[in-house]
Amino acid sequence: MYTIERKTIVETIKDMFIDSAYHLGEDFVNKLKSSQEKESNQLGKSILSKIIENQEIAKNNNIPLCQDTGVAVVMLEIGRELIFDYDLEEAINAGVRRGYMDGYLRKSMVKHPINRINTLDNSPAVIHYEFVAGHQLTIHAAPKGGGSENMSRLKMLTPGEGEQGIIDFVIETVKLAGGKACPPLIVGVGIGGNFEKAALIAKKAIFRKINDQAENEVDQLLEEKLLKEINHLNVGPMGLGGETTALAVKVNSYPCHIASLPVAVNLQCHSARKSEVILDGKKIENSN
Amino acid sequence: MEKKLKTPIDDHTRESLIAGEEVLISGYIYTGRDAAHKLMVESIIKGEKLPFNVDQQVIYYVGPTPAKPNQVIGACGPTSSYRMDAFSPTLMKKGLKVMIGKGPRSKEFIEQLKKQKAVYLLAIGGLGAKLSQTVKENKVIAYPHLQSEAVRQLYVEDFPAIVAIDSKGNSVF
Repeated sequence: MYTIERKTIVETIKDMFIDSAYHLGEDFVNKLKSSQEKESNQLGKSILSKIIENQEIAKNNNIPLCQDTGVAVVMLEIGRELIFDYDLEEAINAGVRRGYMDGYLRKSMVKHPINRINTLDNSPAVIHYEFVAGHQLTIHAAPKGGGSENMSRLKMLTPGEGEQGIIDFVIETVKLAGGKACPPLIVGVGIGGNFEKAALIAKKAIFRKINDQAENEVDQLLEEKLLKEINHLNVGPMGLGGETTALAVKVNSYPCHIASLPVAVNLQCHSARKSEVILDGKKIENSN
Repeated sequence: MEKKLKTPIDDHTRESLIAGEEVLISGYIYTGRDAAHKLMVESIIKGEKLPFNVDQQVIYYVGPTPAKPNQVIGACGPTSSYRMDAFSPTLMKKGLKVMIGKGPRSKEFIEQLKKQKAVYLLAIGGLGAKLSQTVKENKVIAYPHLQSEAVRQLYVEDFPAIVAIDSKGNSVF
């Protein structure tokens, strides 16, 4: 069996949130740059330049990209040969607390949705666990902003509504979001499963690499079709017009009930901050 | 070329702004978002004094990240304005003339804005780092318990914005 020390988890989570709040991924920045070159709407083009300039200022001057440093979302892929003799969830939250304090990030979490008293350290994180083969721990972390999250939607369609029903719902969601979700967006779409599975795979979709493609052909074609339609909506950068409404559409699907067609749309703003780290488990002495 | 504006913005200048125009704002502005708006409107209903006189002033919808020891302010881009739609008309009736945020506003908001000849400006969302460089002074003046949502007085120089809804109700949305 293998394990990873608690302090490694705490330090890694801390560094991931600080790093992602200050830097956008290189592939994502390149995507922004190529969209800026292609954008024909003058105001849209100027906004895209400012977004590109903002990430340079953030990087060079150590200022968070955006004041909304979000809810800390953590997705774990846990190798089946790993064991933890401590509270993993507590360790992740300790890392989040350290990251948000040491990184001068905004604390946006309130203890109760009605009483709304700030927890003052941005804990707790929203954590998802999954078991995979091997003895590595893959951590995906993202400070997810409230603006784009608020514009995300879920609908239980009927099977009869089919692919067109999905397309209509995604398009309607992007239109309703307009400038509020801070486009250009990454549009995460989850289809199938059930109520909560659709939402979870939509969230996982926005964690995918910016230039990848869906695993199966049906979803790949849907991604292409949706991206084309979304960029014809003339929502544009920050909702002021233009063809750069989405930089990517990511579709994840899952088998579902004969009576159901759940569809969830999770929107990611242009401050698409995320980080991925793979930790190797250390072999425990005297174990098989 | 962007039009330069000095706060408080006089009636003539404000009423001459046209939707779509780019502007650069300099001078004192005040911050407030969800929680501060709720408290300010509750104060007005109870007949209490507001933490600052909103008459002729500018409110920017922002909750910045904490400033590091060598910084005036952290990242400070705009938050979505629609969440303030329920509160802004009450503040406009008290003389508030300029609001800065991101995204569209409600019909009721625009009606009151026209009546008061106020304007709504758009700051570009997600430019937290870039906009922080325009802030030269940052002082919490009310509701410190609200943390990032406290009301602050900021002194800005050439803060970039776009006229989103002008005093006649013309809109870029």
